[in-house]
Amino acid sequence: MSKKVGSYTVGDDIVDTKAPSGPVQERWDARRFGAKLVNPANRRKHRVIVVGTGLAGGSAGATLAEQGYHVIQFCYQDSPRRAHSVAAQGGINAAKNYRNDGDSVYRLFYDTVKGGDFRSRESNVYRLAQVSVEIIDQCVAQGVPFAREYGGLLDNRSFGGVQVSRTFYARGQTGQQLLLGAYQALSRQIDAGNVEMHPRTEMLDLIVIDGRARGIVARDLVTGEISTYLADAVVLASGGYGNTFYLSTNAKGSNATAIWRAHKRGAHFANPCYTQIHPTCIPRSGDHQSKLTLMSESLRNDGRIWVPKKKGDTRSPEQIPEDERDYYLERIYPSFGNLVPRDVASRAAKNVCDEGRGVGPGGLGVYLDFADAIARMGRDKVAEKYGNLFEMYERITAEDPYRVPMRIYPAIHYTMGGLWVDYDLQSTIPGMFVIGEANFSDHGANRLGASALMQGLADGYFVLPATINDYLARGGFEAVEPDDPAITTTVAEVQDRIKRLLAVDGDRTVDSFHRELGTLMWDECGMARSAEGLKKALRRIPELREEFWQRVKVPGTGYELNQSLEKANRVADFLELAELMCLDALHREESCGGHFRLESQTEDGEAERDDENFSYVAAWEYTGVGEPPVLHKENLDFEYVHPTLRSYA
Amino acid sequence: MNLTLRIWRQPSADADGQMVTYQVTDVSGDMSFLEMLDILNEDLILRGEEPVAFDHDCREGICGSCGMVINGQAHGPERTTTCQLHMRQFADGDVIDIEPWRAGAFPVVKDLVVDRSAFDRIIQAGGYITAPTGTAPDAHAVPVPKPDADSAFNNATCIGCGACVAACPNGSAMLFTSAKINHLNVLPQGQPERESRVLNMITTMDEAGFGGCTNTGECASACPKGIPLASIARMNREFLRATRKVGR
Repeated sequence: MSKKVGSYTVGDDIVDTKAPSGPVQERWDARRFGAKLVNPANRRKHRVIVVGTGLAGGSAGATLAEQGYHVIQFCYQDSPRRAHSVAAQGGINAAKNYRNDGDSVYRLFYDTVKGGDFRSRESNVYRLAQVSVEIIDQCVAQGVPFAREYGGLLDNRSFGGVQVSRTFYARGQTGQQLLLGAYQALSRQIDAGNVEMHPRTEMLDLIVIDGRARGIVARDLVTGEISTYLADAVVLASGGYGNTFYLSTNAKGSNATAIWRAHKRGAHFANPCYTQIHPTCIPRSGDHQSKLTLMSESLRNDGRIWVPKKKGDTRSPEQIPEDERDYYLERIYPSFGNLVPRDVASRAAKNVCDEGRGVGPGGLGVYLDFADAIARMGRDKVAEKYGNLFEMYERITAEDPYRVPMRIYPAIHYTMGGLWVDYDLQSTIPGMFVIGEANFSDHGANRLGASALMQGLADGYFVLPATINDYLARGGFEAVEPDDPAITTTVAEVQDRIKRLLAVDGDRTVDSFHRELGTLMWDECGMARSAEGLKKALRRIPELREEFWQRVKVPGTGYELNQSLEKANRVADFLELAELMCLDALHREESCGGHFRLESQTEDGEAERDDENFSYVAAWEYTGVGEPPVLHKENLDFEYVHPTLRSYA
Repeated sequence: MNLTLRIWRQPSADADGQMVTYQVTDVSGDMSFLEMLDILNEDLILRGEEPVAFDHDCREGICGSCGMVINGQAHGPERTTTCQLHMRQFADGDVIDIEPWRAGAFPVVKDLVVDRSAFDRIIQAGGYITAPTGTAPDAHAVPVPKPDADSAFNNATCIGCGACVAACPNGSAMLFTSAKINHLNVLPQGQPERESRVLNMITTMDEAGFGGCTNTGECASACPKGIPLASIARMNREFLRATRKVGR
């Protein structure tokens, strides 16, 4: 293994993203009209693989099947209803302007581009805002029980980073309800025989034939059987890679394997260092912690965030008088207050804790206080709005948030980076499409609240089903022979890797490696990054990877339900991906969104972007494990929302 | 605290299973029940033994993956999911029995993991609204009175964990099935398929081998999301109404 740590080479720029030119308002219509169609009778001849059943995958599978394609779909859970989208709490944005508070498609577009710190694509974001309106209609028609007013019309609330109420919600379970909508639509197609569903099955590699994605290699998690599935196109909807950090708000099974293996087969990986840190997570309680639990961002609508003014003040919160409290968000950002975007709120919490004013064990926490809200609205009203969240908090911490303020601290939540896709959501491997959190395109360096659900459903219900037609209509799908060398080699590589993992029989568990990697990543590539720290991580990660392959202990065999083997397969990928995340973070010598470089900040500690040098997407090409990757830059043009200092004061 | 665990171990679906005793030490009250099992598993792996297989994913009480019978109760002594059960509910020296969901329609896959795909088949039989993508009317075109919306929502909170089946002496899936039927049948969007939905879902439920309901009420008291027993009564009413109307 060559030791070229911290280095990379620069390749050609990406010049064509396939976005139509012309006014941004007309681009999506133009692309849809320009796309070739597949006639209904021919659709059933096409097979499409969809990996993942969350909001993006579930809605895509249901829609493609409804259009007449034969869909072969996979999820690692025991049922497609359990994809991690189920855990999203707060809401979904849509530019419906039902409140008549000045909202519009253009304003949602504007807020999202600005909120993403000018590192997303205008064309994609505009389309997202445009489609948002249809998503709500679609979900309501499916029976998604959104919150309603007494008159029967839909209710809304506001979320961080915006000043209008455009967030539709279903108590604190919006993700679950939207996912059930998609799952039910998918279930209907499964019953009709249009979707061949494979639960408890995990994609382990991509089959590329003649430069095009033609199938996947998957492992049945119950029997251990390795099988190949062939199709005319492959759609990855496998979610984000936040579990690289071990402790995160992601489901324990969320993994990067599908996108990482596809990256190793030729798909560029874009902006891997953009990780969203969510400000309102329950602080960790000890070393045993297996994952972190989020409190919905909607709590910031009524809760006030504060810390004691004095350093090292260990009095209990009710003993701290009003004038000795620092409501720091309201103080620093008077016009947005507690509703500043996630990256700003997270960093501010880190700063006050770094100053020694944090609360709770270890000083890693700030108060989220509902005393004012309870006094203003009454306990019952607060319970109606947030009751389930309060209950969850009490269960985890054994503290009653109606009586004492909640304690919160930032945590890894969502990854804005992912596989590079063009405007059609196609990766650099023809025939492989990537949707939802697995791709990179819409959120820039920071994601505003309630926009992940919007993107997942936009991609799955509306965007992909329109663009994939064009690819399929262009045809030229020769029948693939089952003994094609591309298939046999890929299968052999997958089997070999499993054999190697089982053969090590070392003295450390998979989790111990994962925890060590996670701690390193949080310390050096987390809320604040420095060249020095990133270089340190880039030295350590290859050593840890080496150690993993020499000391990991995976009991059991490959021919059974083997949860240790599943984890080992995933952690092996995190150990490779982590290196690319650090390399990307090191090369981006600016701060933007969730990527905060200590060397790049203003005098008052705000993130300092460098548009002159870094207004581009960094798309990385794989060259080998530990080998210097190739950086391809896609320059970002801002014709409509001109990059400005992102001020929330 | 130090605990004695007696766990159902079954290597595969067709192998025999048995209760096996393990000791865990230094358990903190802040750990979730699953984190306590993680620690046991780390220990087992290092000792060269097979870790205990169990289903889990979000660990936030919403995905519905985790499920085990703890000291005879589905999800344990508190009315929540296993991932949200914390060890502060137990005392030093406790002996805890841990078993999988036991029901004919949920075959054991391995250890504490069971196959709940029968639930998916019930949903596939009609637990949806036929709304083709891209042609929906404006969301405000059909107002839903708040009481109806709230009632639909209360039923929609079902996470499909299967605790209702595990708690029921008959292994009945009535609470799960009724939750979905009552979510959709109460909404204006659900009206066109109101009758076929309840008839098809109940037929599929029976075919999957779930038992009947004898109003024991264990399901509702085990449900981590508080789906009320009245849901079953309401489903029965929908069923009777549909049989009369459709004449099946």
